[in-house]
Amino acid sequence: MTIECESNLKGQAMSPAAPALTTVIAAVTIPGETTPRVEFTPAAVGTLRELWSEVGPLMFHQSGGCCDGSSPMCFPAGEFITSDRDVLLGRLDIAPAGETAQVVDFWMSAEQFEYWSHTFLTVDLVPGRGSGFSLEAPRGVRFLIRSRLMDSFG
Amino acid sequence: MTVYANPGTPGAKVTFKPRYENWINGGWVKPVKGQYFEDISPVNGKPFAEVARGTAEDIELALDAAHRAAPAWGKTTATERAAVLNKIADVIDANKELLAVAETWDNGKPIREPLNADLPLASDHFRYFAAAIRSQDGDHAELDNDTVSYQFHEPLGVVGQIIPWNFPILMAVWKLAPALAAGNAIVMKPAEQTPVSIMVLIELIGDILPPGVLNIVNGFGLEAGKPLASSPRIRKIAFTGETTTGRLILQYASANIIPATVELGGKSANIFFSDVAQEQDSFYDKAQEGFVLFAFNQGEVCTAPSRALLQKPIYESFLGSAIERTRKAIQGNPLDTDTQVGAQASNDQLEKILSYIDIGKQEGARLALGGERVDLGGELSGGYYVQPTIFEGNNKMRIFQEEIFGPVLAVTSFSDYEDAISIANDNLYGLGAGVWSRNGNVAYRAGRDIHAGRVWVNNYHHYPAGAAFGGYKSSGIGRENNKLALGHYQQTKNLLVSYSEKPLGFF
Repeated sequence: MTIECESNLKGQAMSPAAPALTTVIAAVTIPGETTPRVEFTPAAVGTLRELWSEVGPLMFHQSGGCCDGSSPMCFPAGEFITSDRDVLLGRLDIAPAGETAQVVDFWMSAEQFEYWSHTFLTVDLVPGRGSGFSLEAPRGVRFLIRSRLMDSFG
Repeated sequence: MTVYANPGTPGAKVTFKPRYENWINGGWVKPVKGQYFEDISPVNGKPFAEVARGTAEDIELALDAAHRAAPAWGKTTATERAAVLNKIADVIDANKELLAVAETWDNGKPIREPLNADLPLASDHFRYFAAAIRSQDGDHAELDNDTVSYQFHEPLGVVGQIIPWNFPILMAVWKLAPALAAGNAIVMKPAEQTPVSIMVLIELIGDILPPGVLNIVNGFGLEAGKPLASSPRIRKIAFTGETTTGRLILQYASANIIPATVELGGKSANIFFSDVAQEQDSFYDKAQEGFVLFAFNQGEVCTAPSRALLQKPIYESFLGSAIERTRKAIQGNPLDTDTQVGAQASNDQLEKILSYIDIGKQEGARLALGGERVDLGGELSGGYYVQPTIFEGNNKMRIFQEEIFGPVLAVTSFSDYEDAISIANDNLYGLGAGVWSRNGNVAYRAGRDIHAGRVWVNNYHHYPAGAAFGGYKSSGIGRENNKLALGHYQQTKNLLVSYSEKPLGFF
């Protein structure tokens, strides 16, 4: 598959000193696969770096179900206890180039993955109000999943 | 037709306070950290009130008040508590229009819904649990001639409740009524998308309850929800929302070894067997309406019938008529009583729905109706409106598997009974389902074979107090809306009494 790495920097208020924000693509973590499954948009990376500087290491668990279901939930790493019934879809290093790695794991329940496995997930950021226990909510922004079909299954 | 005036304008039924503090110990209490957030109306996308941004410190204050109140409240008689619940119901009825306007402004739902459903159901819910607690008996067993086992229902003490934003008042009431009836004190956290209408309600009913029995702290999930859900000072936590937070709540509960009930949504199948179209009569009309109910409350219902399964012989004709019926749904100002489809509750909700419409198209589903955001113009231009949308596809597509929580329906066909049940059950969730058939045997069997906690047979979207509501599979744990819910807020005390004068003889 091809992965678009376009830099979506429109509207990003950046000071000259701020490290550049680019799309971050996941390292492959599912045994036997060769194709990434997740990426963060530049806007998502910007907020994730801010959250990391405030609370430390982060993780995502993809939700399902009611209300804010189908939204990616961002927690301090370890806040949400994963199990053998979860799949690690990818690991994404949000650190600026050349700096110490800041790796964010992206998880989903195994039963949900059975229905989602044919889609590539882009974690974007939009204005919004919540919800769940995701870390970014008080900032008036919300991580959002955009999906596209995987070209192949690795 | 009536168009209610916007809150705070001349003739309005409700004027919001500029700022809502937390409700603790029977009064308004400023958040300890002094922080607030803006509540945005989805009707026009504009902020209309500030709300306390509660933190762990505020949760502790609320828990202090609840712990002070719980012992005495737990000792009141069922008669006394029932009287309190009935008074609350009367106040809701007497202020129906005021609360309806507040609910619509906070949530975006068309006002005919709170006027005719949410609020009448809310007051009836209090009355149902007033009756249920008075009619609840303990039990006893005569184990032998001299030994009697007595079982008493005792309140848990202080409980935590976290409620969703789709029916802000009604979902709060679903949790409040059984907890109060059973004699518990409560700390509740409303959803941050809809934090105000429940505060309008507490302002009306606050003085009916003893101080500290019901405390409401607003705020965000990790800042206020977590300190509540993970507190060792609660004896039970109840949550309605999505699966990841549901699991998190269950994890916190396990750390404190307390019970948790979680209602986590669904992806309800609405099954129409061929015989529905046997006659073009009133029943057919009812079934057509049952199909269109996917757009009720803009699809923001845990049990939204968002998968329609049509038997092949009637697929084209039934769907064609239903699309035309959906096309006629009136979308407009939520404060207009003629409006049938209002605004989505928040901007991120709107964005999520649009992202699902996008993936539906990518997966090859056929867009049969809608599919776009709507700009209603004028003062509603900034609101969060989406066209009722109908896709045709197959059950493996993500729009068939995930709760979009928008007015988006995924339609597919089935060949026979087994095929219908197989498709209906091919889903992670099991909260609701619908079955439509003129054949009582088919409808009964389907209702029993579908793995869901609530199956509507020849109707949909009725939520009368008394009918147990809750999920199978990943839709959660626990039952609400029925006297069974009392059990989630009580613990069993067994008194094992000997009436014998004789020693046991062991020592």
